[in-house]
This record gives sequence, C-alpha cells and structure tokens, in this order.
Amino acid sequence: MSVPFRHQQAAHCETGVTANLLCHHGVRISESLVFGIGAGLHFAHFPFIKINDLPLTAFRSFPGSILKKATKHLGIKIGAEKFWSQRAAMASLDRRLDAGIPVGLQAGIFWLPYIPAALRFHFNAHNLVVYGRNGDCYAVSDPVMEEPIVCAREDIQKARFARGMFSPKGRMYYISSVPEHVDVANATLRGLNESCRNMREVAFPLVGVKGVNFLGNQIEKWPEKLGERRARLYLAQLIRMQEEIGTGGAGFRFMYAAFLQEASGVLGENRLMDLATRMTAIGDRWRLFALRCARICKARTVEGDTYGALGDMLRDCAVREDELFRDLRSILQERWAAA
Amino acid sequence: MKIDEVPQDEGLYEGRKSVCYALGENDRYVLAPSTGWEPLNIANGMAWEVISKQVEQALRDVHARVKSPLAYHMALNQMDIKLMAQYVRLPIWRVRRHLRWEVFERLKPSLKGRYAAVLRMPVERISFVPEIQRDKGER
Repeated sequence: MSVPFRHQQAAHCETGVTANLLCHHGVRISESLVFGIGAGLHFAHFPFIKINDLPLTAFRSFPGSILKKATKHLGIKIGAEKFWSQRAAMASLDRRLDAGIPVGLQAGIFWLPYIPAALRFHFNAHNLVVYGRNGDCYAVSDPVMEEPIVCAREDIQKARFARGMFSPKGRMYYISSVPEHVDVANATLRGLNESCRNMREVAFPLVGVKGVNFLGNQIEKWPEKLGERRARLYLAQLIRMQEEIGTGGAGFRFMYAAFLQEASGVLGENRLMDLATRMTAIGDRWRLFALRCARICKARTVEGDTYGALGDMLRDCAVREDELFRDLRSILQERWAAA
Repeated sequence: MKIDEVPQDEGLYEGRKSVCYALGENDRYVLAPSTGWEPLNIANGMAWEVISKQVEQALRDVHARVKSPLAYHMALNQMDIKLMAQYVRLPIWRVRRHLRWEVFERLKPSLKGRYAAVLRMPVERISFVPEIQRDKGER
C-alpha cells in the first residue's frame, strides 16, 4: 500500500526530505525555511581529514543535524532508529509503511540505481523518503529527483547498509507527533541565533568564517606544497563540495539568502531583507570563485586567475560573512531587548 | 544569481534537471531548474578521470598477474581496501592478501561468493576482467 505523498523537488536532500515530511504532516514550510531553522549554514575546512585522499571542506552542518535541529526548534517530535540487522531494518520499515507512515531513510548514494551514473560516489549521507510499497517495489520520493520513483527492495537495503564514512546503519526516521500550534517565528529566531554562533562564535579556527579565512590562506600554498597536478585536484574537490550534491548553488549561500527573505516575512523584520541581498552578493562571489577555480583546473586562465587571487576572494568572503552575521547578531539582540 | 543567469550547461544529470535558488520577480528567491554548470562538470570530470586511471592501472596489473581480478573490480566500484574490508566483514590484511593473484586463485568459492555479493555480480564473473582496450575510449 502507499499513502498519497506530495513530492517536491528540492535543491538539497536533507532539507528536502524534512520539508516534504513536514508538509505531509500538515506543517507547510519551505525547504529554505527548514534549512535556516535547522541552522544548516556552516563552513569547515579540515585538511587532516581526507576523503579519497582529498581534504574535507563542508559548507553545511554535520549530516542529520538539520533534520534534528529543525524539528527540535519547531517542537516536532521525530522517531529515529538504527539497526544492526538488515532483516530487522527492512521489517521495521515495512511495518511503518503498512501503517501508512512515510519514512525518511539515510542512504548510500552509490547503490541507488536511479541516480545518474556521473554522481554515484560512495557518499553515505543521502536522504530520501519511502512512502509506500507494493511487494518488493518501494515508492520513493527522493528530493533531488524531479518525480517520485520506484526502487527495488534489494537496492534500498543495500543503500541503507552502505559502509564507509557516515555509514547509515539502516537509519530511518519519521515524524511521530506535531503540536497543535507550530511556532514558526520562534523557531526561525532560534535558527538564526544558532547560525550566528556557528559562523562567528566558535572558538576553533577551522570552522565558520574563520575557516573560510583559513582556507583562503591555505589555498595560496597549494601549488608549492602539492604540485600543480594535485593542487588542481584539490580545487576540483572544492568546487564539487560547493556545487554538487545539491547545495542550491554557491555552497548553500543562495539557499540561506532565500531563508533570510522568508524569515523577514515571518518575523516582520525588514532589515533581514537587506541581509538577504548581502548574502546573495556573497553567494555570487562564491560562484565566481568556483568559476575561477575551474578555469585554473582546465588551464584556461584569464588575466588574474592565480591561487593568490583565489585566496584573496576567500578572505574577502570571510570578511563579508563575518560582517553579515555580526549585524544579524545585533538585530537579534535588539529583538531580545525589546521583547 | 538572477533567474535568467541560471546556467543550463549539459552535463551530469543525463538530461534531467536539478534545482537551485535564484532571484525571480521583485528580487524574491525562487527554485529554478538547471541542467548543470560547466565548472561543476569540469570538477566532476576530473574526479572521474582519477577513477578511470585507477581502473586502467588495475587492469594492467591484473593482466600482468601482479594483482588479482578483485583489484580491478574494486577500482571499478571506487572501493579502497578499507571500504571493501568493511563490506565483506574481513580484516584489512586479508583483503590486502586477496589482492595477490596467486592467493585469489586459490580462494575458497564461499569467500569469492562474499566478494561477488558485495560487488553485485555472479560469482563466476569475479575471476574475469575485460581485455585491455588499445584505443582509449570514453570513461
């Protein structure tokens, strides 16, 4: 059996799944609002953590945390389970589906046959919703796809028990209770507050705006330190982290700007519109940064495409983001004082 | 990014579209479909180039009997020894040993079957690798 489920394509898998699940339970909020309330915007560059021999750069918070924080801030309860046994994991999924509850799954993207071949890497923090089943065929709403799809049981099982970094271990989640009144405004404030903290107020130099600055300093040294060939691979990895796997463009900066616009409406705070405009400008800088990285990768450089210039761009982004979140902080503080 | 600036470069999505955020009317954000962006295509292409080099190298090693066919299948599935060890639930040193031609040849069918199950292929096929292509085709 399968329940009617409204599939909405989204830029990013986790926010898309959360928004789609919330919509199903009558809480109509957009993907970008989920992203902001869940304090998804982040930055981290860890040169010592390597994925396929390339350093980890993240533009978002830890996988799973957007769902957790967004629902927490909205006062919505979720049930989540992990499994040791693959059989138990599939049986539990079937039970929920038979009860008519759409279930979110964490999955390894490598094993999902409907994903275009060029995007199938061993990336395990993908999310999708299963909302029904007919024998061994599961009705899947994957937010990165245009339409819902049907997926075989075998593939779903394999994807749920993918191994390696962020291995899902059969993780599944569903919304268990929604309060009578969902306070979106309060949740938005909490999300904004948390993002200010994540981006500016973490006393660790590799995350938030300090992390952007740090990457700016590192990137200049790449050609000497790594040699031209590896430096280019590092750049390519950066572009992919920023633009691939559904960031909505510019490493989530555009999605956050969209959130700021919505938040402005939700809170009746016009100054957030200005911040959204500034965030868009920052996003455009990030896009230009990716474009220049790509030109260096392909050795199709034009005047001024150097690693030094890339470093300058990043440091500039860091300054701009720092100012933006500083101003956001003072707006929030004014509201606290007034309240 | 304005909605008319959303790039529509053919690429990774096999004709499908992803969505991204762009400024529509009155500078309000809307979801805009995009078929891809060239810088991302370049970056993705570089990642695949690395993988296909590894596959080619593995294939040569297998034909030279330096490595077992398992090495080729692992490269094709983007798996390193550590990841494969997690999938087949064997210690890393055993997987490493199974990458040697003569060790893999003598491997019990049941163990070969475990590898085949992970790689989703019939167990008979795991001992075979394709011929080396003289002319380099696409990825």
